[in-house]
Amino acid sequence: MRRIILERAYHAGVGHIGSALSVVDIIAALYAGTLRIPGPGHPERDRFVLSKGHAALALYAALFLKGWISEETLKTYCTDDTLLGTHPERRLPGVDFGSGSLGAGMSYAVGAALAARMQHSTRRVFALVSDAECNQGIVWEAALFAAHHRLANLHVIIDLNGQQALGYTRDVLDLEPLAEKWQAFGWDTQQVDGHSPQAIAAALESRTQEPARPHVLLAQTTFGKGVPFMENKIKWHYWPMSEEEYALALENIL
Amino acid sequence: MRTAFIQKLLELAAQDPRILLLTGDLGYTVVERFVEAFPQRFVNVGAAEQNMIGLATGLAEAGFVPFVYSIAPFAVLRPFEFIRNGPVYHQLPVRIVGVGQGVEYGLNGHTHFGVDDVGTLRTQPGLAIIAPTDDAQTRAAVEKTRALPGPVYFRLSKDSFEIPELGGAFDLAQAQWIGSGADVLLISSGAITRETLEAARLLEAEGLGVTMLIVASIAPAPLQDLVDALSRFRRVFTVEAHYITGGVGSLVAEVIAGHGLNVRLVRLGFETLFDDRLGSASFLHSAHGLSAAQIAARVKETIHENA
Repeated sequence: MRRIILERAYHAGVGHIGSALSVVDIIAALYAGTLRIPGPGHPERDRFVLSKGHAALALYAALFLKGWISEETLKTYCTDDTLLGTHPERRLPGVDFGSGSLGAGMSYAVGAALAARMQHSTRRVFALVSDAECNQGIVWEAALFAAHHRLANLHVIIDLNGQQALGYTRDVLDLEPLAEKWQAFGWDTQQVDGHSPQAIAAALESRTQEPARPHVLLAQTTFGKGVPFMENKIKWHYWPMSEEEYALALENIL
Repeated sequence: MRTAFIQKLLELAAQDPRILLLTGDLGYTVVERFVEAFPQRFVNVGAAEQNMIGLATGLAEAGFVPFVYSIAPFAVLRPFEFIRNGPVYHQLPVRIVGVGQGVEYGLNGHTHFGVDDVGTLRTQPGLAIIAPTDDAQTRAAVEKTRALPGPVYFRLSKDSFEIPELGGAFDLAQAQWIGSGADVLLISSGAITRETLEAARLLEAEGLGVTMLIVASIAPAPLQDLVDALSRFRRVFTVEAHYITGGVGSLVAEVIAGHGLNVRLVRLGFETLFDDRLGSASFLHSAHGLSAAQIAARVKETIHENA
């Protein structure tokens, strides 16, 4: 998946590479086993919302590997007349909700979880939210609601990479203590290594069922993970790769 | 209208299990009957309108038809971007119900005025915007939009009343005609039509022939009716409880310009509301030139200017 991300980002000449690399293992865990999706559009599929829409390229890699989008479609990434922009559009097969405006996806996910419960369905809802997204008031409005209504079919994974567009989260708007905040909001709160798909999958399956509470997984990640020269560098939020950097990235990919 | 709305909603909800009612902690004395009848299909989401629209988006994607209820500016302006990116962009059947046309919450002050809801929402393609004129039209509008696959905004008055001349008529993309006088065309939208109708009577008493066109289906716009009416008059006046920018007056201006029609337009509505004068809706209408007598006077003035 990392290779696909680097290839497409290089050929399109666009950034958001560090964010996609940060969530790639989380998305791999979800699509390799956790998500129960008989097919895109199936009414009883688990829902997934990439609330941090700017990591779309990692999602496209997963949709491609699932066989839901073709290689030709994948190669249209960020070209004219594509469905694959830097944030996911709703018309793309496998995208339940379009995103790109931070925080909104979290609210859609809570609605989707409420819908599943009202329909007596066993389907579950997963949302991937960035740490900086927790700057948004809507995240906490939605968190209050989900806890009050005990939406145990809802899993929110926070990509805790410590970075946002213009700086480190601790310098821009400090979120800590974040686990305590989610606990105080009434969520079943767990921490996990965000680069271990096995640990992520296990945490999503093993969470406490009683009392019924929504589940948040604080996934400790490294921005730009897997490409050493990109790791924890603010530059790689927006910056595209030069030819030399692309070669170096492919050579050093972990 | 809000009572007529909830009565109709109860009737539809009894037939259609997809219908839900969400409120942003408002609707005291309005929502209770729904709660009694369908406790499992009602959610008070708390005072959190952005989340209300986000939740409705998630619910609608799963097959529900959620009605979300609040006072107009809280239903529309606070969560506007959620409306744009949620039900509008995803083309989902969320029904947004905003109560308080214009300055009906006149003693609650500027924060509660619904004077820019239509103008804001009119920018959104595929969103139906319905401003019923009276109770009967409210019931008809809720009925006739029930099967729309996309989102709808209902702009409801707090007041309960009937305008017999309308007979409860409503159709999407159509306007309702009252009278067939040849001198002046008055185009009116919403509960303020009571003032417009009275103004028409005053003008008729002075020998002027008046035609009234009622625009409840603001989007989709009643283009055919508007073009028909505007082609037949030299002067048209729009009356609405809204800022003069963005609402029905602007819609009419767009139709005139777009069709190259030769008609003089005067838009009546609120110019500004920053003077912090509070009071009943009828007091505030008078304070802003929107009473029946003031509307009639404005019409006569314009006619004389152009005579």
